Amino acid sequence: MALERCDVEKLAYLARLGLDDAQLDSSTASLNTVLDMINAMQAVNTDNVTPLANPLEATQRLRTDTVTESNQRDDYQALAPAVENGLYLVPKVID
Amino acid sequence: MHQLTLANISKALAAKQFSAHELTTHLLARIKQLDPQVNSFITVTEDAALQQAQAADQLRSEGQSSALLGVPLAHKDLFCTQGVRTSCASKMLDNFIAPYNATVIEKLNQAGCVSLGKLNMDEFAMGSSGETSFYGASKNPWDLERVPGGSSSGSAAAVAARLVPAATGSDSGGSIRQPAAFTGLTGIKPTYGRISRWGMTAYASSFDQAGFLAHNAEDCALLLQATAGFDERDSTSAQQPVDDYPAALTQPLQGIRIGLPKEYFDDRLDARIGDAVHTAIEQLKQLGATFVEVSLPSLPHAVATYYVIASAEASTNLARFDGVRFGYRCEAPKDLEDLYLRSRNEAFGEEVKRRIMMGTYALSTGYYDAYYLKAQKIRRLIKNDFTNAFEQVDLILGPTTPNLPWQLGAKANDPVAAYLEDIYTVPANLAGIPGLSMPAGVIDGLPVGVQLQAPYFQEARLLQVAHQFQQHTDWHTRTPAGF
Repeated sequence: MALERCDVEKLAYLARLGLDDAQLDSSTASLNTVLDMINAMQAVNTDNVTPLANPLEATQRLRTDTVTESNQRDDYQALAPAVENGLYLVPKVID
Repeated sequence: MHQLTLANISKALAAKQFSAHELTTHLLARIKQLDPQVNSFITVTEDAALQQAQAADQLRSEGQSSALLGVPLAHKDLFCTQGVRTSCASKMLDNFIAPYNATVIEKLNQAGCVSLGKLNMDEFAMGSSGETSFYGASKNPWDLERVPGGSSSGSAAAVAARLVPAATGSDSGGSIRQPAAFTGLTGIKPTYGRISRWGMTAYASSFDQAGFLAHNAEDCALLLQATAGFDERDSTSAQQPVDDYPAALTQPLQGIRIGLPKEYFDDRLDARIGDAVHTAIEQLKQLGATFVEVSLPSLPHAVATYYVIASAEASTNLARFDGVRFGYRCEAPKDLEDLYLRSRNEAFGEEVKRRIMMGTYALSTGYYDAYYLKAQKIRRLIKNDFTNAFEQVDLILGPTTPNLPWQLGAKANDPVAAYLEDIYTVPANLAGIPGLSMPAGVIDGLPVGVQLQAPYFQEARLLQVAHQFQQHTDWHTRTPAGF
Protein backbone atom coordinates (compact mmCIF):
# COMPACT_ATOMS: atom_id res chain seq x y z
CA MET A 1 0.00 0.00 0.00
CA ALA A 2 2.59 2.58 -1.07
CA LEU A 3 1.57 6.20 -1.47
CA GLU A 4 1.89 8.02 -4.80
CA ARG A 5 2.69 11.70 -5.01
CA CYS A 6 -0.94 12.42 -5.92
CA ASP A 7 -2.11 10.58 -2.77
CA VAL A 8 0.13 12.79 -0.63
CA GLU A 9 -1.18 15.86 -2.44
CA LYS A 10 -4.70 14.83 -1.47
CA LEU A 11 -3.71 14.06 2.13
CA ALA A 12 -1.98 17.42 2.47
CA TYR A 13 -5.09 19.14 1.21
CA LEU A 14 -7.35 17.16 3.57
CA ALA A 15 -5.09 18.28 6.43
CA ARG A 16 -5.02 21.85 5.03
CA LEU A 17 -1.24 21.87 4.70
CA GLY A 18 -0.20 23.91 1.69
CA LEU A 19 2.88 21.90 0.71
CA ASP A 20 4.95 23.09 -2.26
CA ASP A 21 6.31 20.77 -4.97
CA ALA A 22 9.58 20.02 -3.19
CA GLN A 23 7.73 19.29 0.08
CA LEU A 24 5.36 16.94 -1.75
CA ASP A 25 8.29 14.97 -3.12
CA SER A 26 10.09 14.69 0.20
CA SER A 27 6.85 13.92 2.09
CA THR A 28 5.97 11.13 -0.33
CA ALA A 29 9.34 9.52 0.29
CA SER A 30 9.28 9.89 4.06
CA LEU A 31 5.64 8.82 4.50
CA ASN A 32 6.38 5.69 2.51
CA THR A 33 9.28 4.75 4.79
CA VAL A 34 6.96 5.20 7.79
CA LEU A 35 4.27 3.12 6.07
CA ASP A 36 6.76 0.33 5.38
CA MET A 37 7.39 0.11 9.11
CA ILE A 38 3.70 0.33 9.97
CA ASN A 39 2.52 -2.22 7.43
CA ALA A 40 4.20 -5.03 9.37
CA MET A 41 1.27 -4.89 11.77
CA GLN A 42 -1.03 -6.22 9.04
CA ALA A 43 0.46 -9.66 9.77
CA VAL A 44 -0.95 -9.70 13.32
CA ASN A 45 -4.03 -11.87 13.80
CA THR A 46 -6.69 -9.62 15.32
CA ASP A 47 -9.74 -11.77 14.62
CA ASN A 48 -12.38 -11.33 17.33
CA VAL A 49 -10.31 -8.66 19.10
CA THR A 50 -12.30 -5.64 20.29
CA PRO A 51 -10.57 -2.32 19.49
CA LEU A 52 -9.24 -0.41 22.51
CA ALA A 53 -9.83 3.36 22.45
CA ASN A 54 -9.24 4.36 26.08
CA PRO A 55 -6.52 2.45 27.93
CA LEU A 56 -8.61 2.42 31.13
CA GLU A 57 -11.73 1.56 29.10
CA ALA A 58 -13.36 4.57 30.70
CA THR A 59 -16.42 6.08 29.13
CA GLN A 60 -17.29 9.74 29.03
CA ARG A 61 -18.57 11.08 32.33
CA LEU A 62 -21.91 12.85 32.34
CA ARG A 63 -22.76 16.00 34.29
CA THR A 64 -25.80 18.12 34.78
CA ASP A 65 -26.45 20.56 31.97
CA THR A 66 -25.59 23.76 33.78
CA VAL A 67 -23.35 26.67 32.80
CA THR A 68 -20.04 26.43 34.66
CA GLU A 69 -17.81 28.65 32.52
CA SER A 70 -17.60 32.38 32.85
CA ASN A 71 -17.45 34.62 29.79
CA GLN A 72 -13.80 35.17 28.85
CA ARG A 73 -14.28 36.37 25.31
CA ASP A 74 -12.10 39.45 25.72
CA ASP A 75 -9.20 37.39 27.11
CA TYR A 76 -9.46 34.89 24.29
CA GLN A 77 -9.89 37.46 21.54
CA ALA A 78 -6.77 39.24 22.73
CA LEU A 79 -4.87 36.22 21.35
CA ALA A 80 -6.42 36.32 17.88
CA PRO A 81 -4.51 37.54 14.81
CA ALA A 82 -7.40 39.85 13.82
CA VAL A 83 -10.63 40.84 15.59
CA GLU A 84 -13.10 43.67 15.24
CA ASN A 85 -16.11 44.51 17.40
CA GLY A 86 -15.85 41.17 19.20
CA LEU A 87 -15.69 39.17 15.97
CA TYR A 88 -12.83 37.12 14.55
CA LEU A 89 -11.79 38.47 11.16
CA VAL A 90 -11.05 36.24 8.18
CA PRO A 91 -10.71 37.04 4.46
CA LYS A 92 -14.01 37.60 2.70
CA VAL A 93 -15.81 34.29 2.10
CA ILE A 94 -18.89 35.51 0.17
CA ASP A 95 -18.65 37.96 -2.76
CA MET B 1 22.75 24.85 46.47
CA HIS B 2 22.19 23.71 42.87
CA GLN B 3 23.38 20.18 43.66
CA LEU B 4 20.62 19.62 46.22
CA THR B 5 17.61 17.42 45.62
CA LEU B 6 14.12 18.82 46.04
CA ALA B 7 13.72 17.03 49.37
CA ASN B 8 16.98 18.47 50.66
CA ILE B 9 16.09 21.96 49.43
CA SER B 10 12.85 21.63 51.34
CA LYS B 11 14.73 20.70 54.52
CA ALA B 12 17.27 23.50 54.04
CA LEU B 13 14.50 26.07 53.55
CA ALA B 14 12.75 24.83 56.68
CA ALA B 15 16.04 25.04 58.62
CA LYS B 16 16.63 28.56 57.22
CA GLN B 17 20.01 27.57 55.77
CA PHE B 18 19.11 29.78 52.82
CA SER B 19 15.98 31.53 51.60
CA ALA B 20 13.90 30.73 48.53
CA HIS B 21 14.91 34.13 47.19
CA GLU B 22 18.63 33.31 47.54
CA LEU B 23 18.17 29.94 45.89
CA THR B 24 16.11 31.40 43.05
CA THR B 25 18.66 34.16 42.48
CA HIS B 26 21.43 31.57 42.38
CA LEU B 27 19.63 29.36 39.88
CA LEU B 28 18.65 32.30 37.64
CA ALA B 29 22.34 33.26 37.52
CA ARG B 30 23.27 29.69 36.58
CA ILE B 31 20.64 29.70 33.82
CA LYS B 32 22.10 32.92 32.44
CA GLN B 33 25.61 31.54 32.60
CA LEU B 34 25.13 27.92 31.51
CA ASP B 35 21.92 27.62 29.52
CA PRO B 36 23.51 28.91 26.31
CA GLN B 37 25.42 25.60 26.33
CA VAL B 38 22.36 23.34 26.65
CA ASN B 39 19.48 25.49 25.30
CA SER B 40 17.00 24.09 27.78
CA PHE B 41 14.84 27.17 28.41
CA ILE B 42 12.50 28.84 25.92
CA THR B 43 11.33 31.49 28.38
CA VAL B 44 12.90 32.48 31.72
CA THR B 45 10.41 34.22 34.02
CA GLU B 46 12.92 36.00 36.20
CA ASP B 47 10.72 38.68 37.77
CA ALA B 48 7.79 36.37 38.49
CA ALA B 49 10.16 33.77 39.94
CA LEU B 50 11.71 36.25 42.35
CA GLN B 51 8.24 37.44 43.40
CA GLN B 52 7.06 33.88 44.01
CA ALA B 53 10.23 33.17 46.00
CA GLN B 54 9.73 36.26 48.11
CA ALA B 55 6.12 35.29 48.78
CA ALA B 56 7.24 31.81 49.84
CA ASP B 57 9.86 33.28 52.18
CA GLN B 58 7.20 35.54 53.66
CA LEU B 59 4.91 32.56 54.32
CA ARG B 60 7.75 30.64 55.93
CA SER B 61 8.57 33.62 58.14
CA GLU B 62 4.92 33.56 59.25
CA GLY B 63 5.37 29.99 60.39
CA GLN B 64 3.91 28.19 57.37
CA SER B 65 5.72 25.16 56.07
CA SER B 66 5.05 22.52 53.47
CA ALA B 67 7.21 20.21 51.40
CA LEU B 68 7.26 22.33 48.23
CA LEU B 69 7.00 25.85 49.66
CA GLY B 70 9.69 27.94 47.96
CA VAL B 71 11.05 25.05 45.89
CA PRO B 72 12.07 26.05 42.34
CA LEU B 73 10.80 24.17 39.29
CA ALA B 74 10.48 24.78 35.56
CA HIS B 75 7.80 23.57 33.20
CA LYS B 76 7.73 21.91 29.83
CA ASP B 77 6.40 24.53 27.44
CA LEU B 78 3.16 22.69 26.71
CA PHE B 79 1.63 23.42 30.11
CA CYS B 80 -0.46 26.57 29.92
CA THR B 81 0.93 29.25 32.24
CA GLN B 82 -1.25 32.31 32.66
CA GLY B 83 0.37 35.44 31.27
CA VAL B 84 3.45 33.55 30.08
CA ARG B 85 4.17 32.37 26.54
CA THR B 86 3.22 28.73 26.05
CA SER B 87 4.78 27.85 22.70
CA CYS B 88 4.89 24.04 22.51
CA ALA B 89 8.23 24.83 20.84
CA SER B 90 6.32 25.66 17.66
CA LYS B 91 6.34 28.69 15.41
CA MET B 92 2.56 28.21 15.48
CA LEU B 93 2.40 29.30 19.14
CA ASP B 94 5.48 31.54 19.29
CA ASN B 95 3.18 34.47 20.12
CA PHE B 96 0.72 32.57 22.34
CA ILE B 97 0.34 33.92 25.89
CA ALA B 98 -1.76 31.39 27.79
CA PRO B 99 -4.92 32.92 29.28
CA TYR B 100 -5.11 30.40 32.15
CA ASN B 101 -3.03 27.91 34.13
CA ALA B 102 -3.02 24.17 33.53
CA THR B 103 -4.29 22.19 36.53
CA VAL B 104 -0.74 20.88 37.12
CA ILE B 105 0.60 24.44 37.24
CA GLU B 106 -2.26 25.56 39.47
CA LYS B 107 -1.59 22.76 41.95
CA LEU B 108 2.17 23.37 42.03
CA ASN B 109 1.58 27.11 42.51
CA GLN B 110 -0.75 26.35 45.40
CA ALA B 111 1.93 24.11 46.91
CA GLY B 112 4.22 27.14 46.90
CA CYS B 113 6.58 26.18 44.08
CA VAL B 114 8.60 28.85 42.32
CA SER B 115 8.55 28.64 38.52
CA LEU B 116 11.80 29.68 36.82
CA GLY B 117 10.31 29.46 33.34
CA LYS B 118 9.32 27.31 30.40
CA LEU B 119 11.39 24.52 28.95
CA ASN B 120 12.35 23.48 25.45
CA MET B 121 10.83 20.36 23.89
CA ASP B 122 10.16 18.65 20.60
CA GLU B 123 7.51 20.61 18.70
CA PHE B 124 4.08 19.68 20.12
CA ALA B 125 5.88 16.79 21.90
CA MET B 126 6.47 15.01 18.58
CA GLY B 127 9.99 13.67 18.67
CA SER B 128 12.41 11.74 20.84
CA SER B 129 15.53 13.89 20.53
CA GLY B 130 14.48 17.50 21.16
CA GLU B 131 15.58 18.37 17.64
CA THR B 132 12.14 19.23 16.24
CA SER B 133 11.93 22.36 18.43
CA PHE B 134 11.38 25.68 16.63
CA TYR B 135 13.87 27.14 19.14
CA GLY B 136 16.70 24.76 18.29
CA ALA B 137 17.73 21.48 19.86
CA SER B 138 18.59 21.15 23.53
CA LYS B 139 21.96 19.54 24.22
CA ASN B 140 22.79 16.67 26.53
CA PRO B 141 24.85 18.03 29.47
CA TRP B 142 26.77 14.73 29.56
CA ASP B 143 28.01 15.32 26.00
CA LEU B 144 27.03 18.55 24.29
CA GLU B 145 27.32 16.89 20.88
CA ARG B 146 24.50 14.47 21.75
CA VAL B 147 20.74 14.69 22.16
CA PRO B 148 19.21 14.77 25.65
CA GLY B 149 16.25 12.71 24.43
CA GLY B 150 12.72 13.93 23.98
CA SER B 151 10.19 15.11 23.78
CA SER B 152 10.84 16.56 27.28
CA SER B 153 14.31 17.57 26.09
CA GLY B 154 14.60 20.89 27.91
CA SER B 155 13.26 19.37 31.14
CA ALA B 156 15.98 16.71 31.02
CA ALA B 157 18.78 19.08 30.00
CA ALA B 158 17.89 21.71 32.62
CA VAL B 159 17.68 19.27 35.54
CA ALA B 160 20.79 17.33 34.48
CA ALA B 161 22.72 20.63 34.16
CA ARG B 162 21.59 21.58 37.69
CA LEU B 163 19.79 24.70 36.44
CA VAL B 164 16.66 23.63 38.29
CA PRO B 165 16.20 20.74 40.76
CA ALA B 166 13.20 19.16 38.99
CA ALA B 167 10.87 19.82 36.09
CA THR B 168 7.48 18.89 34.74
CA GLY B 169 7.31 16.84 31.59
CA SER B 170 4.79 14.90 29.58
CA ASP B 171 5.01 11.36 28.27
CA SER B 172 2.91 10.09 25.36
CA GLY B 173 5.34 7.45 24.07
CA GLY B 174 8.33 7.75 26.38
CA SER B 175 8.85 11.51 26.45
CA ILE B 176 9.72 11.58 30.17
CA ARG B 177 11.38 8.19 30.64
CA GLN B 178 13.68 8.26 27.60
CA PRO B 179 15.15 11.75 28.25
CA ALA B 180 15.50 10.83 31.95
CA ALA B 181 17.50 7.76 30.90
CA PHE B 182 19.64 9.81 28.49
CA THR B 183 20.56 12.40 31.13
CA GLY B 184 20.97 10.35 34.33
CA LEU B 185 17.66 11.41 35.91
CA THR B 186 14.69 9.71 37.51
CA GLY B 187 11.53 10.24 35.48
CA ILE B 188 8.01 9.09 36.23
CA LYS B 189 5.09 8.69 33.85
CA PRO B 190 2.05 7.99 36.01
CA THR B 191 -0.99 5.94 34.97
CA TYR B 192 -3.06 7.51 32.19
CA GLY B 193 -5.51 9.86 33.91
CA ARG B 194 -3.62 10.04 37.23
CA ILE B 195 -2.63 13.72 36.72
CA SER B 196 -5.04 16.11 35.02
CA ARG B 197 -4.46 16.87 31.34
CA TRP B 198 -6.41 20.13 31.61
CA GLY B 199 -4.31 22.95 30.20
CA MET B 200 -1.68 20.56 28.84
CA THR B 201 -1.65 21.05 25.08
CA ALA B 202 -2.96 17.87 23.48
CA TYR B 203 -0.85 15.80 21.12
CA ALA B 204 -2.25 12.26 21.38
CA SER B 205 -5.09 12.45 23.86
CA SER B 206 -5.39 8.77 24.74
CA PHE B 207 -1.66 8.61 25.57
CA ASP B 208 -0.70 12.04 26.96
CA GLN B 209 0.23 12.00 30.64
CA ALA B 210 1.98 14.63 32.73
CA GLY B 211 4.84 13.62 35.00
CA PHE B 212 8.23 14.69 36.33
CA LEU B 213 11.96 14.52 35.81
CA ALA B 214 14.02 14.84 39.00
CA HIS B 215 17.20 13.56 40.61
CA ASN B 216 15.63 10.71 42.52
CA ALA B 217 12.47 8.79 43.34
CA GLU B 218 11.90 10.73 46.55
CA ASP B 219 11.61 14.00 44.62
CA CYS B 220 9.27 12.37 42.09
CA ALA B 221 7.10 11.18 45.00
CA LEU B 222 6.82 14.72 46.42
CA LEU B 223 5.80 16.14 43.05
CA LEU B 224 3.35 13.37 42.26
CA GLN B 225 1.74 13.79 45.68
CA ALA B 226 1.13 17.47 44.95
CA THR B 227 -0.41 16.93 41.52
CA ALA B 228 -2.17 13.54 41.32
CA GLY B 229 -5.92 13.32 41.64
CA PHE B 230 -9.26 13.71 39.95
CA ASP B 231 -10.02 16.89 38.01
CA GLU B 232 -13.53 17.38 36.70
CA ARG B 233 -12.19 19.66 33.96
CA ASP B 234 -10.35 16.71 32.36
CA SER B 235 -12.88 14.32 30.85
CA THR B 236 -10.45 11.38 31.11
CA SER B 237 -9.22 12.13 34.64
CA ALA B 238 -9.19 9.02 36.84
CA GLN B 239 -11.53 8.86 39.83
CA GLN B 240 -9.15 6.81 41.91
CA PRO B 241 -7.90 7.55 45.43
CA VAL B 242 -4.33 8.92 45.61
CA ASP B 243 -1.79 6.87 47.59
CA ASP B 244 0.71 8.31 50.08
CA TYR B 245 3.76 8.18 47.81
CA PRO B 246 6.44 9.51 50.21
CA ALA B 247 5.30 6.97 52.84
CA ALA B 248 5.68 4.10 50.37
CA LEU B 249 9.35 4.86 49.72
CA THR B 250 10.69 3.32 52.88
CA GLN B 251 8.96 -0.06 52.52
CA PRO B 252 11.50 -2.90 52.12
CA LEU B 253 11.60 -4.94 48.92
CA GLN B 254 11.28 -8.36 50.57
CA GLY B 255 8.85 -10.51 48.63
CA ILE B 256 8.49 -8.22 45.60
CA ARG B 257 8.28 -10.22 42.37
CA ILE B 258 9.69 -8.55 39.28
CA GLY B 259 9.18 -9.77 35.73
CA LEU B 260 11.79 -9.58 32.97
CA PRO B 261 10.08 -9.58 29.56
CA LYS B 262 12.15 -11.85 27.34
CA GLU B 263 11.32 -9.70 24.31
CA TYR B 264 13.19 -6.76 25.91
CA PHE B 265 16.52 -8.56 25.84
CA ASP B 266 17.15 -9.37 22.19
CA ASP B 267 19.72 -8.21 19.66
CA ARG B 268 18.22 -4.74 19.24
CA LEU B 269 19.50 -3.92 22.76
CA ASP B 270 23.02 -2.48 23.09
CA ALA B 271 24.76 -5.29 24.99
CA ARG B 272 26.44 -2.81 27.33
CA ILE B 273 23.02 -1.50 28.39
CA GLY B 274 21.93 -5.11 28.86
CA ASP B 275 24.89 -5.63 31.20
CA ALA B 276 23.96 -2.52 33.22
CA VAL B 277 20.39 -3.80 33.54
CA HIS B 278 21.65 -7.16 34.78
CA THR B 279 23.86 -5.47 37.36
CA ALA B 280 20.80 -3.59 38.62
CA ILE B 281 18.88 -6.89 38.77
CA GLU B 282 21.61 -8.40 40.98
CA GLN B 283 21.48 -5.37 43.29
CA LEU B 284 17.70 -5.60 43.59
CA LYS B 285 17.98 -9.33 44.33
CA GLN B 286 20.23 -8.49 47.27
CA LEU B 287 17.51 -6.16 48.53
CA GLY B 288 14.99 -8.98 48.55
CA ALA B 289 13.31 -8.82 45.13
CA THR B 290 12.83 -12.01 43.14
CA PHE B 291 12.90 -12.16 39.36
CA VAL B 292 11.08 -14.33 36.82
CA GLU B 293 10.92 -14.25 33.04
CA VAL B 294 7.64 -13.01 31.55
CA SER B 295 6.50 -12.49 27.97
CA LEU B 296 4.99 -9.51 26.13
CA PRO B 297 4.45 -11.25 22.78
CA SER B 298 2.95 -8.22 20.99
CA LEU B 299 5.97 -6.00 21.77
CA PRO B 300 7.37 -6.15 18.20
CA HIS B 301 4.23 -4.36 16.95
CA ALA B 302 4.10 -1.67 19.64
CA VAL B 303 5.95 1.03 17.69
CA ALA B 304 3.78 0.69 14.57
CA THR B 305 0.61 0.61 16.67
CA TYR B 306 1.67 3.68 18.60
CA TYR B 307 2.57 5.73 15.53
CA VAL B 308 -0.74 4.96 13.81
CA ILE B 309 -2.97 5.87 16.76
CA ALA B 310 -0.86 8.78 18.05
CA SER B 311 -0.65 10.30 14.55
CA ALA B 312 -4.40 9.89 14.08
CA GLU B 313 -5.07 11.67 17.35
CA ALA B 314 -2.49 14.35 16.52
CA SER B 315 -4.10 15.07 13.15
CA THR B 316 -7.40 15.66 14.93
CA ASN B 317 -5.98 17.68 17.83
CA LEU B 318 -3.88 19.94 15.62
CA ALA B 319 -6.82 20.78 13.38
CA ARG B 320 -7.56 23.56 15.88
CA PHE B 321 -4.58 25.58 14.62
CA ASP B 322 -6.27 27.41 11.78
CA GLY B 323 -4.76 30.88 11.93
CA VAL B 324 -8.10 32.37 12.99
CA ARG B 325 -8.55 32.29 16.77
CA PHE B 326 -4.97 32.14 18.06
CA GLY B 327 -1.48 31.32 16.92
CA TYR B 328 0.32 32.08 13.68
CA ARG B 329 -1.37 33.61 10.64
CA CYS B 330 0.35 33.90 7.26
CA GLU B 331 0.89 37.30 5.60
CA ALA B 332 -1.80 38.64 3.25
CA PRO B 333 -3.98 35.55 2.70
CA LYS B 334 -5.89 35.83 -0.56
CA ASP B 335 -8.88 33.89 0.73
CA LEU B 336 -9.90 31.74 3.69
CA GLU B 337 -8.52 28.54 2.24
CA ASP B 338 -5.20 30.17 1.46
CA LEU B 339 -5.13 31.38 5.07
CA TYR B 340 -5.52 27.80 6.37
CA LEU B 341 -3.12 26.20 3.90
CA ARG B 342 -0.29 28.70 4.25
CA SER B 343 -0.63 29.39 7.99
CA ARG B 344 -0.39 25.68 8.77
CA ASN B 345 2.37 24.93 6.28
CA GLU B 346 4.48 27.90 7.33
CA ALA B 347 4.11 27.39 11.10
CA PHE B 348 4.29 23.62 11.60
CA GLY B 349 7.65 21.85 11.42
CA GLU B 350 8.43 18.88 9.24
CA GLU B 351 7.84 16.16 11.86
CA VAL B 352 4.52 17.65 12.94
CA LYS B 353 3.34 17.80 9.32
CA ARG B 354 4.48 14.22 8.75
CA ARG B 355 2.41 12.99 11.68
CA ILE B 356 -0.61 15.07 10.72
CA MET B 357 -0.54 13.54 7.22
CA MET B 358 0.11 10.04 8.54
CA GLY B 359 -2.84 10.41 10.89
CA THR B 360 -5.04 11.87 8.19
CA TYR B 361 -4.23 8.84 6.05
CA ALA B 362 -4.92 6.35 8.87
CA LEU B 363 -8.35 7.93 9.43
CA SER B 364 -9.32 8.40 5.78
CA THR B 365 -12.05 6.55 3.95
CA GLY B 366 -10.85 3.17 2.74
CA TYR B 367 -7.84 3.03 5.09
CA TYR B 368 -9.50 3.43 8.50
CA ASP B 369 -10.00 -0.33 9.01
CA ALA B 370 -6.54 -1.30 7.78
CA TYR B 371 -4.70 1.23 9.93
CA TYR B 372 -6.61 2.95 12.73
CA LEU B 373 -8.93 0.11 13.67
CA LYS B 374 -6.21 -2.52 13.20
CA ALA B 375 -3.91 -0.55 15.50
CA GLN B 376 -6.64 -0.22 18.13
CA LYS B 377 -7.05 -4.00 18.09
CA ILE B 378 -3.32 -4.56 18.55
CA ARG B 379 -3.47 -1.98 21.33
CA ARG B 380 -5.88 -4.35 23.10
CA LEU B 381 -3.43 -7.25 22.62
CA ILE B 382 -0.63 -5.18 24.16
CA LYS B 383 -2.80 -4.27 27.14
CA ASN B 384 -3.67 -7.98 27.52
CA ASP B 385 0.04 -8.86 27.48
CA PHE B 386 0.58 -6.65 30.53
CA THR B 387 -2.53 -7.93 32.29
CA ASN B 388 -1.27 -11.49 31.86
CA ALA B 389 2.25 -10.62 33.00
CA PHE B 390 0.97 -8.82 36.10
CA GLU B 391 -0.85 -11.98 37.16
CA GLN B 392 2.61 -13.41 37.86
CA VAL B 393 4.60 -10.38 39.00
CA ASP B 394 4.26 -7.05 40.85
CA LEU B 395 6.46 -5.07 38.47
CA ILE B 396 8.20 -5.37 35.13
CA LEU B 397 11.82 -4.30 34.69
CA GLY B 398 13.96 -3.76 31.62
CA PRO B 399 16.06 -1.19 29.80
CA THR B 400 14.46 2.21 29.13
CA THR B 401 16.15 2.59 25.75
CA PRO B 402 17.84 0.16 23.35
CA ASN B 403 20.75 2.55 22.71
CA LEU B 404 22.75 5.36 24.27
CA PRO B 405 21.98 9.01 23.37
CA TRP B 406 22.86 9.58 19.74
CA GLN B 407 24.79 12.40 18.09
CA LEU B 408 22.80 15.52 17.25
CA GLY B 409 21.54 15.17 13.70
CA ALA B 410 22.29 11.45 13.43
CA LYS B 411 18.66 10.45 12.90
CA ALA B 412 17.35 13.75 11.56
CA ASN B 413 16.71 12.40 8.07
CA ASP B 414 15.45 8.99 9.10
CA PRO B 415 12.19 9.27 11.06
CA VAL B 416 11.71 5.51 11.28
CA ALA B 417 15.12 5.00 12.90
CA ALA B 418 14.11 7.51 15.58
CA TYR B 419 10.66 5.91 16.03
CA LEU B 420 12.19 2.47 16.60
CA GLU B 421 14.18 3.85 19.54
CA ASP B 422 10.85 4.10 21.40
CA ILE B 423 10.35 0.32 21.47
CA TYR B 424 10.62 -0.09 25.25
CA THR B 425 8.64 2.97 26.26
CA VAL B 426 5.56 3.05 23.99
CA PRO B 427 3.98 -0.15 25.40
CA ALA B 428 3.25 1.54 28.76
CA ASN B 429 1.43 4.37 26.95
CA LEU B 430 -0.52 1.94 24.77
CA ALA B 431 -1.65 0.06 27.90
CA GLY B 432 -1.95 3.22 30.04
CA ILE B 433 0.16 1.77 32.88
CA PRO B 434 2.69 3.78 34.91
CA GLY B 435 6.43 3.64 34.21
CA LEU B 436 9.61 5.05 35.73
CA SER B 437 13.17 5.32 34.50
CA MET B 438 16.04 5.44 36.99
CA PRO B 439 19.77 5.83 36.37
CA ALA B 440 21.65 2.54 36.60
CA GLY B 441 25.04 3.02 35.03
CA VAL B 442 27.35 5.12 32.89
CA ILE B 443 28.82 3.83 29.62
CA ASP B 444 31.49 5.85 27.80
CA GLY B 445 30.53 8.86 29.89
CA LEU B 446 26.81 8.54 29.03
CA PRO B 447 24.04 7.59 31.49
CA VAL B 448 21.96 4.42 31.23
CA GLY B 449 18.37 4.05 32.43
CA VAL B 450 16.48 1.08 33.82
CA GLN B 451 12.72 1.12 33.39
CA LEU B 452 10.16 -0.16 35.88
CA GLN B 453 6.52 -0.64 34.90
CA ALA B 454 3.62 -1.38 37.26
CA PRO B 455 -0.09 -2.23 37.12
CA TYR B 456 -2.58 0.65 36.93
CA PHE B 457 -2.29 3.20 39.75
CA GLN B 458 0.64 1.47 41.43
CA GLU B 459 3.00 4.42 41.16
CA ALA B 460 3.84 3.86 44.84
CA ARG B 461 5.43 0.52 43.95
CA LEU B 462 7.58 2.10 41.22
CA LEU B 463 8.76 4.81 43.58
CA GLN B 464 9.42 2.35 46.40
CA VAL B 465 11.63 0.09 44.27
CA ALA B 466 13.48 3.02 42.72
CA HIS B 467 14.02 4.64 46.13
CA GLN B 468 15.33 1.43 47.69
CA PHE B 469 17.65 0.96 44.71
CA GLN B 470 18.86 4.54 45.14
CA GLN B 471 19.62 3.93 48.83
CA HIS B 472 22.23 1.40 47.70
CA THR B 473 23.56 2.93 44.47
CA ASP B 474 24.91 6.37 43.57
CA TRP B 475 24.17 6.62 39.83
CA HIS B 476 21.46 9.21 40.55
CA THR B 477 23.97 11.49 42.29
CA ARG B 478 26.41 11.68 39.37
CA THR B 479 26.76 15.13 37.81
CA PRO B 480 27.96 15.80 34.25
CA ALA B 481 31.35 17.54 34.10
CA GLY B 482 31.12 21.31 33.86
CA PHE B 483 27.75 21.56 35.62
